[in-house]
Amino acid sequence: MSDTTRRTTPGAGKGPLGRLADFLDDRTGFRALVHEALFERVPGGARWRYVWGSTLVFAFMTQVVTGLFLWANYAPSAQTAWESVFYIQHEMTGGWLLRGIHHVMAQAMVVLLALHLLQVVIDGAYKAPREVNFWLGLVLMMLVLGMALTGYLLPWDQKGYWATIVATNLAGIVPFVGPSLQQLVVGGPDYGHHTLTRFFALHAGFLPATLVLFLVVHLALFRKHGLHAKQPITRPDAMFWPDQVLKDAVAMLAVMAVVLGVILVPAVRTMLAGGAVDWGHVGAELGAPADPSESYAAARPEWYFLFLFQFLKVFEGWGATGEFLGAIVVPGLIMAVMFLMPIIGGWRLGHRFNVAFTLGIVAGAGLLTALALDEDYCSLWIDRASLADAEKLADETAGDDAKIAAALGHDATRIAAMRKKLATLEAYRNSRAFLAASRQARIDADRAVELAGRPERIPPTGALDLVRQDPLTRGPRLFGLLEGRDCASCHAHVDPQAADAATRFAAASAPNLYGFGSAAWVRGLLDPDRVAGPEYYGNTAHKDGDMVGYVRDEMGDAEKWKPAEIEAVTAALAAEAGLPDADATPAQVEQGRALIASAERCGSCHNFRDNGTGLGTAPDLTGWGSREWIAGLVANPAQERFYGDDNDRMPAFEKLLSPQQIGLIADWLRGAWYRAETGHRHAAR
Amino acid sequence: MVHRERSERRGFLTEALAVVCGGLATLTPLGAGVWAFLDPLRRRGGGARLIPVTELEAIPDDGLPRRFAVIADRKDAWTGYAAEPIGAVWLRREQGSEAVQALSATCPHAGCSVDMAPGGHCFRCPCHNSEFTFDGGIVSPSPSPRAMDKLECEVGADGTVAVAWRKFRAGIAAQVAQS
Repeated sequence: MSDTTRRTTPGAGKGPLGRLADFLDDRTGFRALVHEALFERVPGGARWRYVWGSTLVFAFMTQVVTGLFLWANYAPSAQTAWESVFYIQHEMTGGWLLRGIHHVMAQAMVVLLALHLLQVVIDGAYKAPREVNFWLGLVLMMLVLGMALTGYLLPWDQKGYWATIVATNLAGIVPFVGPSLQQLVVGGPDYGHHTLTRFFALHAGFLPATLVLFLVVHLALFRKHGLHAKQPITRPDAMFWPDQVLKDAVAMLAVMAVVLGVILVPAVRTMLAGGAVDWGHVGAELGAPADPSESYAAARPEWYFLFLFQFLKVFEGWGATGEFLGAIVVPGLIMAVMFLMPIIGGWRLGHRFNVAFTLGIVAGAGLLTALALDEDYCSLWIDRASLADAEKLADETAGDDAKIAAALGHDATRIAAMRKKLATLEAYRNSRAFLAASRQARIDADRAVELAGRPERIPPTGALDLVRQDPLTRGPRLFGLLEGRDCASCHAHVDPQAADAATRFAAASAPNLYGFGSAAWVRGLLDPDRVAGPEYYGNTAHKDGDMVGYVRDEMGDAEKWKPAEIEAVTAALAAEAGLPDADATPAQVEQGRALIASAERCGSCHNFRDNGTGLGTAPDLTGWGSREWIAGLVANPAQERFYGDDNDRMPAFEKLLSPQQIGLIADWLRGAWYRAETGHRHAAR
Repeated sequence: MVHRERSERRGFLTEALAVVCGGLATLTPLGAGVWAFLDPLRRRGGGARLIPVTELEAIPDDGLPRRFAVIADRKDAWTGYAAEPIGAVWLRREQGSEAVQALSATCPHAGCSVDMAPGGHCFRCPCHNSEFTFDGGIVSPSPSPRAMDKLECEVGADGTVAVAWRKFRAGIAAQVAQS
């Protein structure tokens, strides 16, 4: 070791610490290593433009550190992956921050990679003698992208699950080895435990270990060839330590600040607006648990893979060839050209080609990303009013070419203009569907988190079981509310106070079931002005039936039915449903029960408890609106206990749905589901 | 001279032995790992399974497809699931016909789940916008290389509709069942 080293190496004093350093240095030679690491000459002095490589190493180290701590709390399996990530994100102290940093830094890393690569190509730093290091860099880039891809699945939420299905199916179309490759990565013919364990092993083991190996060689070669200095050199040389290290450190801090900014800005905005921050929702998103049986219409890859996603659409109509070209051949060719850059760069104009090619790829990727975003979000800026005529025509002609031509008087100019409009309309509708699906995905995710946070915790069967047995999640789907199918193809489920309630009641062919079983619902039924309206029996065969007649003629007559008596019947029925009105007194309920049972009143047609009326004339009111009563009616409304032969068009759903599904519909209609505020199942209304 | 030749030969032998011994030692754990890692290649999906999904009454003969979950027992490595949704089918019946057309809801393009298009005039996959007619045909231009996968469907004497459920490889023009 030279004297200069001794003088400049920090900590080489002669105190006890200095003597300890001397002792260690004699046996390890660490000072020479430190010197080697820090005292690199930087030709032309330290510059900001040299920081990109260092920020990438920093980003990777951040991922290693946060990744290891995440690993300490993560359990990869189909019943524990989502559950453990939920626990990290929503229950553990600082879990949201740890996961947030890992998630956002992964995105920062992709951006930094692109910048680093751009700079190396533009500066010609790939040329001799640095070719091998350039190739190592490209391998490192693929490893980083591989980690991004594998990491996306690990929370085992809907988003990661469906994105992974697409990605692995694309791997399956590689010639010859594709299907085997897919099966190896997926861990079998189906997605499950082994998909997670394998993706996790790749994400946290194979890929980073390989990356470290390549990174060590990359850095060693970088040192061997020295920094590729910006020409011409006009300033004196400087040392890596501390001049360039300072700039690197400031850049790292800036990267970290941006990452923290992305994580914290939404929370800070909430705070400034005076709201309370739910830290579980800060940082990385967690979707609803992966459900192979529940299609996920908001499926999209992470934003930095959107250009590849969009690129596949370029080959629309090319069939399998297009898929193969878009997913395998073109990306493969682009990578091949990049690997050849050091050789191409040696030719005349080769460097210019390389720069133009790289910029072209970046611009192309940018354009494709913009197109993908435009497709998904265009309904936010397309003026729907301008499409009114196209919308009308599309609905009238159902997209039939001949009908469209006829409607436009076979005028070629008008047809061409309308075609353009119809295309915009379709884009608008697709975007609306995507945004609706994204909204629904957020609702489902929040609900899954709410259920998982119950004091009873998640059952061993996993959070998916909780979601599948949740009336609030499953009810609207079984009811067909989202698609206007099943129950919802006849029944409305609309708050009567809603602005568009009247139009939606008019469009339905069966009673509105919003709040069914509640006192408010019964009050409307027993209201002479409403019973024959579309909200109740107006659009059914019962419109002219005995019940409507009775409510209008008898209950509408204050001589025969006093308002207090109607209110008592209302209270009693709500009590039967188990959804008692808060204002109802026990005496009122008792009075109501007596009125219902009385052969002079409701009991003249309706059976109620032991009033002796019997079944067959009108629905049994014993336990009316209870879970059991609703489930029985949904199972088969033509039972004697319900409508018997008077049943108007309602199918027996016991043939279509399982008892568990019917129970979920009943619970949902009654508003019986878990809510976090109260901590137990309750009626929401 | 002879001595030198002998020592050269010895030198080669030493080198070769060192490489073989070292190689065998280090490749053994790697081999064991790779052997186990390749295990999924011998796992099979198990071919088609005839699974009852609904009853004929549940499919109105109006030519419009209805979606039904395919529910069956499923094994995932060490976990056995009883009666789990393992996929979905679109069933459809023409007016007056008892014959049921069954299409797998799995998109033949990249494996997402095919839904009804907004407006309900055809099928549409939400991932890459592949559109299909109600009988499963491609609405071109489409990213999908083939039409939706038809499944065999049996209607029992009691009206039970059973579907021969199986999965097909995505992204290729030919309909190849997954092994």
